[in-house]
This record gives sequence, C-alpha cells and structure tokens, in this order.
Amino acid sequence: MQIASMHFKERAHERLHDAQLQRNMRTMKGKFVDKRRVAMVELDDFEGTRDAAQAVRQRVLADLDVWLAMFEENATANGATVLYARTPADVNALVVAIARRHGVAKAIKSKSMVSEESSLDHAIEAAGMQVVETDLGEYILQINGYEPPSHIIGPALHKSKEEVSELFARTHGTPRKDLIEDLCLEARAVLREHYLTADLGISGGNFFVAETGSVVLVTNEGNATLTTTLPKVHVAISGIEKVVPTLEDVATLMRLLPRSATGQSISNYLDVLTGVKQRGEFHGAEHMYFIVVDAGRSAVLASDVREALQCIRCGACMNHCPVYQNIGGHSYGWVYPGPIGSVLTPMYVGLENAQDLPQASTLCNQCGVVCPVKIPLPDLLRKLREKEFEGGMRPWLERAALRGWTWLARRPALYGPATRLGVRMLRALGGRAGLIHKLPLGAGWTDGRDLPAPAGRTFRELYAARRDDAPPVPR
Amino acid sequence: MRVGLFVTCLVDLMRPSIGFAAIDLLEAGGAEVFVPAAQTCCGQPPYNAGDRADALPLARKVIEEFEGCDYLVAPSGSCSGMIRTHYADLFRDDVAWSARAAALAAKTRELTDFLVNVLKISAVPGRFTGRVTYHDGCSGLREMGVKAQPRVLLRAVPGLELVEMAECETCCGFGGAFAVKFGEISTRLSDNKCAHVADSGADALVAGDLGCLLTLEGRLRRRGDLTTRVLHVAEVLAGSPER
Repeated sequence: MQIASMHFKERAHERLHDAQLQRNMRTMKGKFVDKRRVAMVELDDFEGTRDAAQAVRQRVLADLDVWLAMFEENATANGATVLYARTPADVNALVVAIARRHGVAKAIKSKSMVSEESSLDHAIEAAGMQVVETDLGEYILQINGYEPPSHIIGPALHKSKEEVSELFARTHGTPRKDLIEDLCLEARAVLREHYLTADLGISGGNFFVAETGSVVLVTNEGNATLTTTLPKVHVAISGIEKVVPTLEDVATLMRLLPRSATGQSISNYLDVLTGVKQRGEFHGAEHMYFIVVDAGRSAVLASDVREALQCIRCGACMNHCPVYQNIGGHSYGWVYPGPIGSVLTPMYVGLENAQDLPQASTLCNQCGVVCPVKIPLPDLLRKLREKEFEGGMRPWLERAALRGWTWLARRPALYGPATRLGVRMLRALGGRAGLIHKLPLGAGWTDGRDLPAPAGRTFRELYAARRDDAPPVPR
Repeated sequence: MRVGLFVTCLVDLMRPSIGFAAIDLLEAGGAEVFVPAAQTCCGQPPYNAGDRADALPLARKVIEEFEGCDYLVAPSGSCSGMIRTHYADLFRDDVAWSARAAALAAKTRELTDFLVNVLKISAVPGRFTGRVTYHDGCSGLREMGVKAQPRVLLRAVPGLELVEMAECETCCGFGGAFAVKFGEISTRLSDNKCAHVADSGADALVAGDLGCLLTLEGRLRRRGDLTTRVLHVAEVLAGSPER
C-alpha cells in the first residue's frame, strides 16, 4: 500500500472535522468497547488467560525458525507447498506465478491484511486476472475504488450504513436499501456467483499450526470457508510470526481473540484447513500453497520492539485508543492503524516515513491493559521515540528544549532564580483572569486552550520563606 | 516515619498550594515530612521524548535526594509512576544505579494511595460544599493502581457529594509534550472530557495530577466555562479551596 504516514497531522486534521466520520466512529467505539468489557467479565480468569496467551506468543518468537521448519515439514507432508516471501513484492510475484501455473482467470479473496501491505489485488489485476474481495468490509472498499481499510478487523468501519447503501445502489444498479440485513443479502447474492466461478481462493491466516501444518481462519461471515474450499487452488498468506506450535495453543489464543476483537465468546466460523483434498473427501482445494511473509518481520524480531510480533490482530488496542477513536484509522496512513500500527508501520516502511506515529500517543496505556497478549505498547512507542531522538530525527527546537530543561534542572542554584523569574512573567501574561491565551512557542497548546497562569511564586521559594519565618523547633 | 515529599516540577512552578496541601495531609496523618530543598524534575519529559541521556542525571538526582527517606510520596500519579515503574528501565544498563533505583521505586507512593494504604487515615481536615467528579489520571490508574483511594478520601470530606462522570478513566489529552506537538488532537480529547464533566453536573473537577488539571481547565475556560472549579485532590482534602 502507498505509504501516507508522513502526512499524519494533515490527515488527522481532516478527519477531526469530518462530521460523518465522527458520528461513525462514536457508534463503532460504543460497540467494540462495551461488548468487549462484557465478554471479558464472562471469562473466569482474564489475567491468567492473558498470561497463558502471552507465554504462547513468546514461546513462538523465542524459536521462530524451529516452529516454521516444523510447519513447513508437516504442511508439505499433507500435500501443500510452502513458499517464503522476503518482500511485499515477492508476495505478489508468487501469487501471480501460482495463478498463471493453474490457468486462473478469476480469484476470490477473503480478508488478508498482509496482502494489503503489497497491494496484492492491484498486482493480480495488472497480470490480467480478476480478483473479488469476499469479506463484506473489503468488498465495500474494493467497489469504492479500492479505498484503503481503516481498521484491521473491520476495514470499512469508517462508513455508515447510508454510505454503503448508496454505494451498492450505484455499483449494482439496484434500488437503495435501508436495512443492513437487506444490504448483506444483496452482497451475498453478488458474491455467490463469484464463489462458483473462481479458480483461485486467496486467504490470510490467523495462525499457522506447526504440529499439523494447518492454517486457522477466524471469520464471522463464512466467506473464508467458501473462498478456501470451492476453488481448486487455495493460497494462504500470512506473516512468519503467525505460526503457533500446537492446536492446544490455538485454543488458548482463541479464548481471547474473538472476545478482544468483537466481544464474542467465539467467532461464527473457525476454519482449520489441513492439506489438499484427499481421495474420498468432498471438500477442499486440490492444490494448496502457503506464502509465509517476512517483509520486515525478521528485522522486528531482531530489534528491541520484537514484542510487537506477539500481536494476534484483534484490534482491541485501536478500539480503546482515545487518539484512534477521534481520528480514525486512515489518519495513520498505512495498513495497520492505532497503537500497534504506530509500532509496526515505522518498522515496516521506515521510521523516516512515519515519524509522527510513535509521537502521536499520550502513552495513556489503555492499549497496554486491553492487549490480550500483553504487548507493552507504550514502552515500544517510547523505544521508537528513542530511535528518532538518537537518529537526529526530532526538530532542533524540541532537542534544545529538552537539553535546556535538563541543564537547568540539574543546577538547583540556577533553577531557583530562573523559575522564580519565569513564573512571574507567566503570571503577568495571565492578567486578571489568570489565563494565558497566547504563548510564544506554545501555539500547539494555546490554539485550542488557555494556559492557567501560575500562582506567581514557586513552591520552593514559598517553602523556604515559611521555614525561615517559623520559630526554631527544638530537636 | 520520615516521608520525603516529591513536590513535582509542575506543582513547584504552577500551583504551590498543592504542595502545601500535601504537607498538611501527611502531617495530619502522623508523618514527618521532609522536603529536599534542591529537588526539581523526575526526568519524565526527556524520558518520554526518547532522550534517555538527559533523563538519567535527573533520575540520579532524585534517587540521591530521596533514598534516605522511608517513603517518597508525590501528589502525582505521573511522577510517582515514572519513579516506580520506569526508573528500572532507565537504569537497565547500570547495575549499581539500578539497585538504588529499585530500592527507591519500592518505597514510592502516590499521595492518596499513601494516605489510605500506609497512613491508613479515614478523616481529612478539609470541607467542601458542592458536587465533585474525579478524573482518573492515566499513570495513577494504570501504573500506580489508584482508583478507590481518592474516592474513599473525597467521600470523607464533609459537605462534598461525589458524582461519577462518563469515561472517567479516559485520557484527558495531556500526555506531556503530546499536548503541544498534537495540539488539535489533544484538544479534541479534552473536549470529550469537558462534555462529560458538564453532563455530570459537578461543581468541581478533581484529579490527582496537575498536568491533567491544567489541560482540562485550559479547555474548559476556552470553551467559556468560567465557573466549574478545577482542583487537585490534595487541595480538596486539605480544605484549601474553602479557606
């Protein structure tokens, strides 16, 4: 996907003033946050389950090469082919080559965020083949001129029912529908035709299971089931970090994934696909490929933000992020928005292309406390801030302010007089009401709010004066 | 019991009355309060900006000034959270200092938590006439476990009615330098909060961190609300607003 993260501030500004988006975001927040809270109360031991889920993900990352080798061996034994993509471009090249080998004219696709990284749909179309997205949200975005997703599990969450209704009427040439149920039925009727005529099914992969060589898909619409079993060829694409050792581990993670994502105790569909269709079996693809994608992940694994690879893509961090809730996913300018995106995007596309993202957080740690695999997101954002600071990527004024503050705060004999002078000047600026409306170099603050003026005397001077006045206390 | 009061730089510079209120409360609870005269900043501004080199000397200074006390208490969840939960990371490459940092971290408390759980006070000197709503500052809540403590104490203030606003645990938009770097987003977060304060019908917004208070008071006033009082929990508990 084209990277637009360098325009974060402008994009956020536009969205803060988009009344329709603001309404949609409020609806979304209510749904996700409230439903998750209820679902977590139902769980006997949320913290204990979180610890177990974190342990699974950490075990994977500790020996990632071993689990990947085991996955490849078992998947191959079941008749599948395991391929590795070092770059996003490799993903596209592999899919196109597979499609050509099997004479594919039309591909159908269930949701895959990894494929958004490489804009796979464009590559398939450029190779002269048709591709149809079957996840309802992704389908909506596709027929709207490949609008980028704004959320990792609800890619079209930024759209209202009315916007979708208008889009369907325009695209399908059908009368406008007001009920969501009717819109779903319309999408289903359109998509059915594609399921039956496609030669290639492309899916993501929530988990690759090492002990069985299976791919696990978690969906609510059932589209992944049809996508992966009706066409004769199935390609599952996911990141190297998505491997887990055992089905038992999948069970542990599944106790938290749907609850964290949508507040469901279990998703409507859970597909575990193992190997190609065997003699006597009725369902399944005749040819099965796994594309295991690096695209920056091994660099994350070797970095000090490796915990970001524990992510199981539930979206809870963004759903609960006060910044995301107000600016929406498109502001972040790439595939993964919100707190996890603010860590992954700079790592995958280069910190220099996404400098604002690690800074655009209050470090409130709401993301950290809801994360089902306990990724310390504020700590990771701070580590990226360190890379920016050490790499000379911060403005000179910010660097000078920090250096100046520390220099002064280390020298109490100077700090005292300097702050006494400073607070008196600010006090005078505040006038009778005690409010500063405009501050040189502080426009970021005073454009939107006043600064309550200081009292005019520092604590340190008042405290010293109080002690000097006090009668000597016998010890 | 010798309690070192870490006043915090914001209180020192912007609202000294909070520091004196904290002293009154600690002394009323039976603590001997010690205020290191040369204290300045805990190092959080450079630390959160990714500037470890500048954070380190400030953190060493805090450790030197306070390690002789039985406790370090701060009228701030943010600064106490910096010392208790982040000094360990700051000194991760320095064995000698990391041991001293860990020792200080273990005896660092947020003010209301210290009053309730260490001094175990149940009565407070303050009185207040009106409705109060409490904003949970992020670090106090999620780093220091401060949730019930300020509410227990506020309910003990004669004349005070505590009401809960919606989303009292959501960030006010301050985030240190975030409020300046991303002023527009920060202002929107504050706006949401201001609306919840208004809906709660409270006469006063109370919090345990001056950063949140300056952020929210600044936005309330700019929105034209000149009457809702914005107070630190220590001021209310010590009775400073009614003096």
